This record gives sequence, C-alpha cells and structure tokens, in this order.
Amino acid sequence: MTKKPLFTNLTSAFFAAGLTLFLGASVMGLRLKSEGITLGVELASAQTFIELGLAALVVFLFQLFRDHIPKLTSNTKARLVIPAFMRTDKQQRLWLMLTLGALLIFPFMTGRSNIDLATLVLIYIMLAIGLNIVVGLAGLLDLGYVGFYAVGAYTYGLLYTYFGFSFWQALPIAGLFAAITGWLLGYPVLRLRGDYLAIVTLGFGEIIRLLLNNLTEITGGPNGISSIPKPTLFGLEFARRGDNTFHEFFGIAYSPVHRVIFLYLLALLLVMLSIYIIRRLIRMPIGRAWEALREDEIACRSLGMSPTNIKLSAFTIGATFAGFAGAFFATRQSFISPESFAFIESAIILAIVVLGGMGSQLGVVLAAIAMVLLPELAREFNEYRMLLFGLMMVLMMIWRPQGLLPAKRSHRELKTTNAEVK
Amino acid sequence: MVPTMNESISYFIQQVINGLTVGSTYALIAIGYTMVYGIIGMINFAHGEIYMIGTYITFIVIAGLTLLGIESLPFILITALIISMMVAGAYGFTIERVAYRPVRSSKRLIALISAIGMSIFLQNYMRLAQGSRDLAQPGIISGSWSLGTDEFSVNLAYMQLIIFVVTLICMILLTLFISRSRVGRACRACSQDAGMTNLLGINTNHMIAATFVIGAMLAAVAGVLLGLYYGVVNPMIGFIAGLKAFTAAVLGGIGSIPGAVLGGLILGTAETMTGAYFSAQYKDVVAFSLLCLILLFRPSGLLGKPEVEKI
Repeated sequence: MTKKPLFTNLTSAFFAAGLTLFLGASVMGLRLKSEGITLGVELASAQTFIELGLAALVVFLFQLFRDHIPKLTSNTKARLVIPAFMRTDKQQRLWLMLTLGALLIFPFMTGRSNIDLATLVLIYIMLAIGLNIVVGLAGLLDLGYVGFYAVGAYTYGLLYTYFGFSFWQALPIAGLFAAITGWLLGYPVLRLRGDYLAIVTLGFGEIIRLLLNNLTEITGGPNGISSIPKPTLFGLEFARRGDNTFHEFFGIAYSPVHRVIFLYLLALLLVMLSIYIIRRLIRMPIGRAWEALREDEIACRSLGMSPTNIKLSAFTIGATFAGFAGAFFATRQSFISPESFAFIESAIILAIVVLGGMGSQLGVVLAAIAMVLLPELAREFNEYRMLLFGLMMVLMMIWRPQGLLPAKRSHRELKTTNAEVK
Repeated sequence: MVPTMNESISYFIQQVINGLTVGSTYALIAIGYTMVYGIIGMINFAHGEIYMIGTYITFIVIAGLTLLGIESLPFILITALIISMMVAGAYGFTIERVAYRPVRSSKRLIALISAIGMSIFLQNYMRLAQGSRDLAQPGIISGSWSLGTDEFSVNLAYMQLIIFVVTLICMILLTLFISRSRVGRACRACSQDAGMTNLLGINTNHMIAATFVIGAMLAAVAGVLLGLYYGVVNPMIGFIAGLKAFTAAVLGGIGSIPGAVLGGLILGTAETMTGAYFSAQYKDVVAFSLLCLILLFRPSGLLGKPEVEKI
C-alpha cells in the first residue's frame, strides 16, 4: 500500500477537525430552555466546550495518522477460533450439557432481581433469534418486528380479558395469530424490493401501535391491559392463597421467589425449544433456501425456487417466535400497554442481530446477553445507551458487517471433500 | 346544528389550504429522499433527522436573536434559514462521508442498517444535547387574512403564505440548478450511469456529496418552516416526518423530483382531510396505509418509471 504524504492528510485532518467543531458547536453550543411561555438560550457549560475540543483533537489525530493505524478491515477469514477442548462433537455436547446445567441451577443460587434480569435476557434472546431468521438468514430487513411481538402479547391479554383464557391455552394461539399477521403482511409486501420492505414493515409496526393506542374500547388504549394472570404449573398456581397452590401441593412454605424461578425456567424452556427448532430448520431445505435467497435472488429464481414463498415462510416463522415471546412477556409483566412496543424495541432487537452476526445463532445469543446486561451493569451509561447502539450499528456495518461471531457456512463441507481428493 | 352548504364548502377549502401547507413541506423533505435514491439507489433513513436538526437550529437562532434584541422579522427569518441550511448541509455531508460512503459498494442490507444506526444515533445525540422534552416557541409570525364574507370565510395565515412562497422559490431554484448548472448536469449524469460519468472525468464522490448537501438543505428549509408553523420541537419529530416524506417520495415515484412534490401535496391533503372529517388519531395510519397501497398497486409511483432489474 502506498502511503500518502503527511501533508495531504494534514489538510483533511484540519478540515475534519473544523467540521467536528462546527457540527458540535452548532447543536450543543447554545442550550434552549423554557422561560415561561417562550424560549430562551444559554451558553453551554465550559465542560461541553472542553469535550468538544477534545473530540475535535481526536478526529484531527485520527485523520492525520489514519494510514498508519492498522486496518480493522472486515476480514471474513478472521473468526473466533474454537478452543481445543470443544472441537469434537462429543466435547461440544458435553459443554452444552454443562452450560444447560449451570443455567438450570443458576436461579437457586442467586437473588430475585438477578433471576428477573435473566428472564428479561431470555425474552430478548427469543426475539433476536426470531428476527435472525428474517434478517440474518433470509436477508429481509424487518423494522416492524415489534409489531408481531405486540400481536402476541395482546392476543393473550385480550383472550384473557374477554374469554378468560389461561397462559397455556393462549400461548399457541398467540403464536398462530402472530404468524397469520406475518403472513397477511408478508403476502403483498414481500414482492417488493428490500428497502421498500424495510419501510413498509416500519410503517406496519407503527400502525399496530397506533391501533392499539386508539381502539380504546377494545384494547384499553394507552392504559393497556392490566392484571394478566401468571402461568400455572399443570394447574398449580403460584399464589399465597388459592384452591390449588404450588406450595400447598408440595407441602413447602410459600415464597414469592418460586414464581420468579418458575418464570425463568419457563423462559429458558421456550428459548431452548426455539433454538432447537431453528437449528433444525436451518439444516432443512427451507433453511438452505433462505440463505441461498439472501445471497442471490436471481440465481435462486433460475433454479426454480419461488422467492415469494421462501420469503413468506421466513417472515411467518420469524413472526411466530415473536408471538410466543409476546405472550410470555404479557404473562411476566402482568401488564401491557402500547408503550412497550415502540419502534425503539425493534431497533434494539435489530442491533442485537447485527452485533451477533447475521445468521449466527450463538452470536445472537451472546449479543443479546451483552446488550441487555451491559446497560444494567453500567447504570450511569444508561443515558447513552441508544446513542451507543446507533453508533455501534454504523461501525459494525463499516468494519465487520458479518458480526462479531459470524455463522459458519456450509463451505466447510467443500473443504473436506477437497482434502479427500488430495 | 347542520352546517349550511356555504359553511361546508368553506370548511373544505380551508382544509385544502391547510393540507397543501403541510404537503408542501413534506415535498421539501421528500426531494432529499428522491435525489439520494436517484443517485446512489439507497434510502437515506437519517434524512428525517436532518429536518429535526433544522428545526432545533431555527429555535436556537430565534431565541438567540431575541436575546440580542433584534426584532426585525424578515431578518430573523432569513438568518434562521441561512444558518440552519448551513448546519444541515454540514450534517448531510458528514453523514454521507461517515456512514454511507464506506458501505456504498456493499449489499443493500448493509447500507440500510448503517443508515438506521445513523438515524438512531442522531436522535439520541440531539436528546443529549438539548433534552428530550417538547420545547415550544410561540409563533413569531401570527395573524391571518380572512377571505370572503361571514357565511363563506376562509383563513389564510401569514405563516401559510410564507410556506407556499418559500417552497415555491426553493422548487424553482432547484429546478434551475438541476437543469441548467454544471453541477446539476453532472448530478443527472451520475444518476444515469455513475461509472461512465467517472470515466468522463467527473468526480462522482463529489457529486454524491453535493446531492446529500442539497437534500439536507431543503430538509432544513422544511424544518424552519414547519418549526415556525407548529412551534414545537422534540428529538423525535424527525422520525415521523421522515416516514411521511418517504411515503410522499414513493407515492410520486421515487427518483423523480416532480413526483416527490406531487406526492407531498397529495399526502398532506389526504392526511388533513382524514383529520378534519374522520379522526385526527388516524392521520398517521392513513399515511402508512397509503404507502402500503401504492407499493402494492403501483410500486413505481405516480410519475416514476418502472425499474428494470439488471443482472
């Protein structure tokens, strides 16, 4: 690589630093504040200007020495090396069992708030692996995923309110309704090109939220639906009093933690099932077709596959998982309102998929854990959470569009055949 | 009380005026979408955010000038326009340079996600810089003309007139710029065949940057006008406005500038009519449903040309 003389970099460095100062100062230099009925401005604090100066300095130095900084290129070859102790299938299975065991013991070793947090992580894992089918495998950008989540949650909420359905009765119906919604939405719009699809799904997510907000007679509008019952264990309730309570049946003292642990284990079960089902789907012809379609639609069509049907299946199956997650969310929170289903949720789920590596299940699971836990652990950064999410999405697309832990492709099989030929 | 014939006609005309006012600002934002799409074939998701930044800058300029004791309305208006166009142009340029140029050659999905990331970033950047609450600026340009008699009266606010005039001037300038100037011609060449244009000695990167800057400036004009018209700003206004403007661009046929204007006017009117005759809560639902319908039945839009997929 030929290096440009430092001088050309110097001009661009000055330009970039000046631009940074201008952009920052124009927006942050003067702060608007309400003064009675009108608006006033005040000069921002000295700290803001110092930070702005520092930012400009960083940009300046980066531009000046950018040729000397080792490139963080999107090297597709660079993937995490699997450690030696889990190379073979047998070892992998052992590690999987150990992890699962640890996850099962976990709630009994820790406090209530930690279990709650783990349950939240599991909900996001479920949403993210569902969206991963649509975005990661089929390559369809769905920005209204939270709409299906809302359909699932409201299906259970409304079925309970009007017909007294229990969680277990409502769960399959929630998945079914979300799937039907996905199919109805997907049928017309999946013929569109990719970027139109993104906007239409975004609009769909908003329509669902607006409808839930405005159909006050049915959904309770902005007040939402409250006191949705918790799930039962084969009819045993997790309540202090009742005809058929868990602690009486087993003859143990009542503790509210039982219910929290039960919810956690239920979420774990749902997530494990989803991961298993999707793992199988990926290896089935339909899963292969999703990936093939993502890589080259025209080639797919030439091979006689129907792009619309393949896309529709990905869209519908993805929506189903969101529906399950929604019903679980409703039962965990006991309260749902349109607030919980804003666009920002879709964005968070998408950020998880992007960070984990599109199409990679393990990557997405790890990313979901990181994305939900990090803001919880660093509360003081909470304010910057969405800012960093946005920034991360841009940077990931520039440097590592395949994600931190990219999916292994079937090209591995090709390699082994090559070795055999030799 | 049943309204008389005259009253219902004047009510209707009033709604048309209101609708066209909103619609013409949608058109200004939609032009940015359409131009960017025409030249690099991607949707600039962060475009609505530029409009939001434009509105904030307007409020800052007005509050700042009032603090300095300047009260001449035309001066305030023109200063606000110039400064927010400058800032928005700088943001448009930077966004293209930082978030879009590095991923331009990648797949569509990659560029789209980068654009969404940029949009989320800008929303929260503004939230941190200026707070997330609604900020209200009482209209500095108030008053209106009342046309007609008592039974048949239609109001035309001064602000609405200003919106029409400024939008019209912008459209004329843009049309002249694109059809007559060297840069405009180069931009058109670029959108037809970027590779060939490059071979002919035109720096396509500069042309793409110019497109982004022009689009951002028009969005800033819309930001100034709508900011003064509604008098409220918060970091989230760009999201909905961006969606609406995109709908307008698709409605008119994405890639076509007259289409964007037509789409904006139709959308603004349709939305206002829904608010006036049906229910204001369903205004946004109408916009999105319109988007879905147009994509289903006429994906190329009213004035767009059907796109041929190249292999």
